[in-house]
Amino acid sequence: MFDNLDLALVNWSRLQFAVTAMYHWLFVPLTLGLSFIIAFMETLYVRTGDEKWKKITKYWMRLFGINFAIGVATGLILEFQFGTNWSNYSWFVGDIFGAPLAIEGIMAFFMESTFIAVMFFGWDKVSKGFHLTSTWLTAIGSNLSAIWILVANAWMQNPTGMHFNPDMARNEMTNFWAVFLSQTAVDKFMHTTMSSYILAAVFVIGISSWYLIKKREQILAVRSIMIASIFGLIATLFTIQTGDSSARDVAKVQPVKFAAMEGHFTGAEASPLIIMGFVGDTKAAFIDPAIDPVPKSPIKYRIEVPGLLSLMTTYKLNSYIPGINDYLYGNEKQGILSTEEKIIRGYEAQQKLLAYKKAMSIDSPAADTLRAYFKDKKWLESTFKYFGYGSYYHTDDTVLKANITKVVPPIGIVFYSFHLMVGLGFWFLLLFMVMIYLVFKNKLESQRLWLYAALWSIPLAYISSEAGWIVNEVGRQPWTIQDLMTCSQSVTNLNSYSVMFTCLLFAVVFTVLLIAEISIILKQISKGTKEE
Amino acid sequence: MFEKLNDLALQQYWWFLISLLGALLVFLMFVQGGQTLLSTLSKTKTERNILVNSLGRKWEFTFTTLVTFGGAFFASFPLFYSTSFGGAYWVWMLILIAFVGQAVSYEFRSKPGNPYGTIFFDCLLFTNGLLGTILIGIAVATFFTGSNFTIDPLNHMTWNSSWRGLEAAFNLHNLLLGFTIFFLTRVLAILYFFNSIANESILKRAYKQLIINTIPFLICFLSFVIWLMLRDGFAVMGDLTIVMVPFKYFTNLIEMPIVAILFIIGVVLVLSGIIITLIKKNGLGIWFSGAGTILTVLMLLLLAGYNHTAFYPSLTSLQSSLTIQNASSSRFTLITMGYVSLMIPFVMAYIFYAWRSLNKKKIDATEIEDKNNHTY
Repeated sequence: MFDNLDLALVNWSRLQFAVTAMYHWLFVPLTLGLSFIIAFMETLYVRTGDEKWKKITKYWMRLFGINFAIGVATGLILEFQFGTNWSNYSWFVGDIFGAPLAIEGIMAFFMESTFIAVMFFGWDKVSKGFHLTSTWLTAIGSNLSAIWILVANAWMQNPTGMHFNPDMARNEMTNFWAVFLSQTAVDKFMHTTMSSYILAAVFVIGISSWYLIKKREQILAVRSIMIASIFGLIATLFTIQTGDSSARDVAKVQPVKFAAMEGHFTGAEASPLIIMGFVGDTKAAFIDPAIDPVPKSPIKYRIEVPGLLSLMTTYKLNSYIPGINDYLYGNEKQGILSTEEKIIRGYEAQQKLLAYKKAMSIDSPAADTLRAYFKDKKWLESTFKYFGYGSYYHTDDTVLKANITKVVPPIGIVFYSFHLMVGLGFWFLLLFMVMIYLVFKNKLESQRLWLYAALWSIPLAYISSEAGWIVNEVGRQPWTIQDLMTCSQSVTNLNSYSVMFTCLLFAVVFTVLLIAEISIILKQISKGTKEE
Repeated sequence: MFEKLNDLALQQYWWFLISLLGALLVFLMFVQGGQTLLSTLSKTKTERNILVNSLGRKWEFTFTTLVTFGGAFFASFPLFYSTSFGGAYWVWMLILIAFVGQAVSYEFRSKPGNPYGTIFFDCLLFTNGLLGTILIGIAVATFFTGSNFTIDPLNHMTWNSSWRGLEAAFNLHNLLLGFTIFFLTRVLAILYFFNSIANESILKRAYKQLIINTIPFLICFLSFVIWLMLRDGFAVMGDLTIVMVPFKYFTNLIEMPIVAILFIIGVVLVLSGIIITLIKKNGLGIWFSGAGTILTVLMLLLLAGYNHTAFYPSLTSLQSSLTIQNASSSRFTLITMGYVSLMIPFVMAYIFYAWRSLNKKKIDATEIEDKNNHTY
């Protein structure tokens, strides 16, 4: 079932989605954070009547507008791609996944698009109060849209609040609040938006630092750094807290992804936390603990802190943290099923569904018996839960055993991205603290080294932000819906050349637009606060 | 509240909302229509900038409505979403590409540092106006004329044409709706310019273009509607099987008199707006023709889905045709989304308020040339 053996199609579809999502994510974090920074600035203008604040607000608003437009462009493609390239997915979970996307449009996009027009064009047409309200509503609208798309994404990582309807062959929502308020959704929203605020804050501080290096626009620069560094510091503290909470949640709902993030291959009590290291031959490290209880870790030259992974994950220093091998080969003592067993059970669930559909089509009395399975909570929990694993089933036992490693994401990419993201997060914490200190001690302009550091932190903020999404999306491979549906099962049955063509087309179009955006933004920065 | 409705009533409620969003989208595509008139209606850079800025303050509404239309369709009729978007791949991809260009063009076109020049982005705007309108019209026309797909027992779609949706562009009936939308959006754009621009030279040319575009619009629209009334339609029988029925859409009109009356009122309003503008040369026309467009398109879409009609018919496998019953979300999701839909009047109210606030004063050359203003 869901047979789709055209790997070229799956991989091109994956790449197309990755290209679109990563381009989209180049622009969204700045929109989310800068909208609030602008709102703070305009509030200061309205409260103090100081025209300099208005000038500063309008300056950052110009950059915001340029960035916003291209974010909208890439976002459109992203939404419709669920249907165009992942049509089986769209049906299998559309009953749940479609709702947040629709709410996003009704609740957030209209608010954003209505008030952004007032924000840009209403300066002399509406009252100061209405204009300020519009600026705040634009910021709130942008962030509301983030809520819904992140709820949708979180649900894919931790499917909850639904049941499977065999008649329709799809999952259906049974509890909206379970979808909306799952721990995964809350963590994902908080961590993603807060980290976006960091990017925006670094962007503002970096550009302002450039002005100070060039001894231009000093008032704009100092005031902007003051606002952005406080905003960034608060956001960083929340990002660290929600990142910690999010990682613990991943350990529960996506344990293989968690193990890949941490480079944790062999389960152990008092597991160490790897601070840094290099990923070697991971495949050689996939070894059944029953054969070799302490295989060599493929993470070379690692610096690790003993017991810290256990402590951070469970708050207990000596707790057992399963590694990738525990999930691949099973660990009876820890109550972990082997992947092979999950594949067999998933295959059974898929066969039951096919048999049910067949029985229904010929009005066979067997249909009632088969249907009963899909209402049996015990069977659902023990067998249907692994529905997606069934696609790795093979009648040849050797092939089946070899297939188990297909549920492990590319470890190198996930491990490096995760460690890079975390490391840069702490660098931004230091940067914001130093900037606040320098602003309030009035020493900003003399500390050129820190100004350069702030300037060069702009690309680091983007790298960190993209790395976060790579951890999230590459880390959950091969699943589109955790344990229920793989990418291969989700893809639209298309000619792979069609997808290859559209993928390249999007890559070219987005790159052309990105070049224009960067060029225009750089020009605007060099012009400074001079009106157009 | 929504819990009291039966399944069919919920499905009809959601089909109404989808139709309303579709109707609003067609109306708001006056932005696209206007983008195809930039060269025709302007002779100087300032005139072109006035036109662009007049449209540029509304493009986000169109864009947002398109996105919401997609999202709402996904949430309420996911089988349509997976079948049509995945199946008619190339039509939707072309539409998307056309809209991507639009999203950045307004903001980038006249900004210093634009590496490709204003003309590049103006070409993107023109392409969006041309392709966006015609292709959306063609895609919607397949709601009446059908497509080539099969749905298996697991509700997975197989598209039976290697053209992946482009085959719809070779159907004359589909093309008629495509060109109807194209010329209608141009007409609406002209009426909108009369409402929002204070520039005699532009409006003089717009007046001439109003006549030039109204004629093909009427020919295409009437041909499409008459053909629709005469053609066989895809009817859903009591046992939910699909059969072809002669004059199905005409029968729908007769059997749903309110839809018929509102459809006629819609058409009259569209024509009234055009006539008022031709006679009075003021900005009132857009309100009449805009409301008329929304009403007419809404009723056309209700004809496609109501009264036991398959709204996305399959030509290759009649029983695979999508109806509002077999393509819809679960009852729970429709109810949940029903409550979300109660926000729509509130959303429309604030859009109207913000729109009015910005449009109090018409756009003129002085505003465009003022360096303190944010302009496109």
